[in-house]
Amino acid sequence: MRSMRLRLFLILLATTGAVWLFAVSWTYLRTQHQVERVLDARLTEAARMVSSLIGDHHIDVAAAVDASRTSDAAAAFTVPEGDYNRHLSCQIWSLQGQLVSRSESAPATLLAGHQEGFSNTEVDGERWRVYAVVNPALGVRVLVGDSLEMRERLIGDVIKGQLLPAIAILPLLAAFIWLSVGRGLAPLDVLAVTLSRRSADELHSVEDERAPREVRPLLASLNSLFRRVREARDREKTFVAYAAHELKTPLAGLKAQAQIALRSDSDAVRDRALSQISTSVDRTGRLVRQLIDMATVDSVETVRAAEPVDLREMVAEITGELEAARQSREIEILARIPDTLTNCAFDRNLMRLALRNILENAVQYAPRNSQVELSAAERAGVLSIDITDRGAGFDGAEETRILERFYRGSTAGGQGSGLGLSIVRMALARLGGELAFRKKDDGFCVSLALPVAVR
Amino acid sequence: MRILVVEDDDILRDGLKVGLGLAGFSIDTVSTVADASEALAVDRFDAVVLDRMLPDGSGLDVLKTMRRAENRTPVLLLTAKDDVSDRIDGLDAGADDYLGKPFDLDEVAARLRAITRRAAGRASAQLRFGDVSLDPASMTVEKQGCTIGLSRREFSILQALMENPSAIHSKQALEQRLYGWQEDVESNTIEVHVHKLRAKLGAGAIETVRGVGYRLGRP
Repeated sequence: MRSMRLRLFLILLATTGAVWLFAVSWTYLRTQHQVERVLDARLTEAARMVSSLIGDHHIDVAAAVDASRTSDAAAAFTVPEGDYNRHLSCQIWSLQGQLVSRSESAPATLLAGHQEGFSNTEVDGERWRVYAVVNPALGVRVLVGDSLEMRERLIGDVIKGQLLPAIAILPLLAAFIWLSVGRGLAPLDVLAVTLSRRSADELHSVEDERAPREVRPLLASLNSLFRRVREARDREKTFVAYAAHELKTPLAGLKAQAQIALRSDSDAVRDRALSQISTSVDRTGRLVRQLIDMATVDSVETVRAAEPVDLREMVAEITGELEAARQSREIEILARIPDTLTNCAFDRNLMRLALRNILENAVQYAPRNSQVELSAAERAGVLSIDITDRGAGFDGAEETRILERFYRGSTAGGQGSGLGLSIVRMALARLGGELAFRKKDDGFCVSLALPVAVR
Repeated sequence: MRILVVEDDDILRDGLKVGLGLAGFSIDTVSTVADASEALAVDRFDAVVLDRMLPDGSGLDVLKTMRRAENRTPVLLLTAKDDVSDRIDGLDAGADDYLGKPFDLDEVAARLRAITRRAAGRASAQLRFGDVSLDPASMTVEKQGCTIGLSRREFSILQALMENPSAIHSKQALEQRLYGWQEDVESNTIEVHVHKLRAKLGAGAIETVRGVGYRLGRP
């Protein structure tokens, strides 16, 4: 159902109606029970009274029996007229089966055939509740009965008395419920209006101090969504600004070298400029690739499910990709990876980005004609990978800055994007791992440590 | 004119060195704040081309240190950040001009000529002394309306002398202006260039002040 108001309204109306119906049913049953009890008591009382009256000889039974023989119309009790006239009907029968006497409202035929106690009978299409008492001393049976239909009418009137005002009030009640639900939902409307007035870049939190308690969880998750969107947008903005900024320097270099190549008369100068252009295009290409890597790592909100990875194969692939750079700088990558690590589980892409950028750095900054060593080991669910090169690395003081985006080490000699280690750090953070640097006597070591499941 | 280029990207640095060299400037290059501060403390330059983002700090710090030390060398700030607020920051920190990356080499050269001209307090882009006029932008020299063909070094020496006609220029100062640190200068190079200039402009065009240096001859 679309409208909360309508939904609440219908629910409230239905429950109110149900409660009412229940109350009416209950009243019906109670009334029925009570009426039966009271009227049955009256029947008993009346029958005994009649029986005892006969016993006291207030009525001459013998005369009455005689009279009944001469006249069909037995002596009648008179009952006052009223809504519930013919309240009680009374018959007095001799034990031989002669009608001795009856009340005015009583039928002339036998009301009930049973000896004593209560019974429900039907006489001439009318249903009766009859109480019988036998007076053996006088040889008569007293039957007192009342109409079951009358009893039902009595109960029906009580129920009608309840239902009629309820039906009259129901529309009024519905209107009140409708209005009340509207009032109750007003804070939501206020919230909706506030939110709908926002422009697309208004991502600040919604104030929740005055919000009703029920709306607060909603507001809290809304605010947390706002915060995440804002952070993502800020990250994106910063990233785009930095990316644009970082691409401008190589572009300036390209343009300057291109202009030199265009205007120089000397073949040597022109050739040199062209080779600089070529180098710069390679580097800019790498920068663009790293920017994309960075955006990838940045945008990954949750790490994908770990998948089986052959670490040895992954390192071999990366070494293959770095073939050209390795050959030009005569760098050899030696990998020592135990057999146990050919089937470990982590996010393949993040791990690959981290390893590739570390190895790329090592190949670029290690001295010519040297070795880069990669050794991996797993202990107690922690995978540690050490990558050692013979380069100078950087000092402890530079460590925090080196992890910043676009920061190039002071020994980088004006190459590189300053993105590599940022990518590594971010990828590792996503993998739940850590990055450490260690200066050694004969080189520089980058260590990764991350939780891993080995199969 | 001797220019210090402070830029950390090696290809751009090389481009500026070669490109501005072709435009008649002699260029020295450094790539860090530390090296730039040291070069500026030791040597005198006609102008500085300064990158804003350097590996060991901001180019603006170099600029502020220079201005605090009363160094009035004109500075052209090069930067990839070229928002209005960045430009304002740069100019307020003491830059004479501002150029966003990527740029045209000719524009860098023109702006360098403009800021050095302003720094020298000259109104005209052309230098005149007697019947000789020199145009730094086109690197041409005219005497009595006739164009005189000069080599790049000869032109630079004549430009240095004409920029400050009454001063005596020491041989060392002229050498510094002509050659970067990396270039070897033979001991008699300046004398050779001055000799050739005299042959082209007339014997009295340049005077030798014995033991001190050179200046333009009185017309």
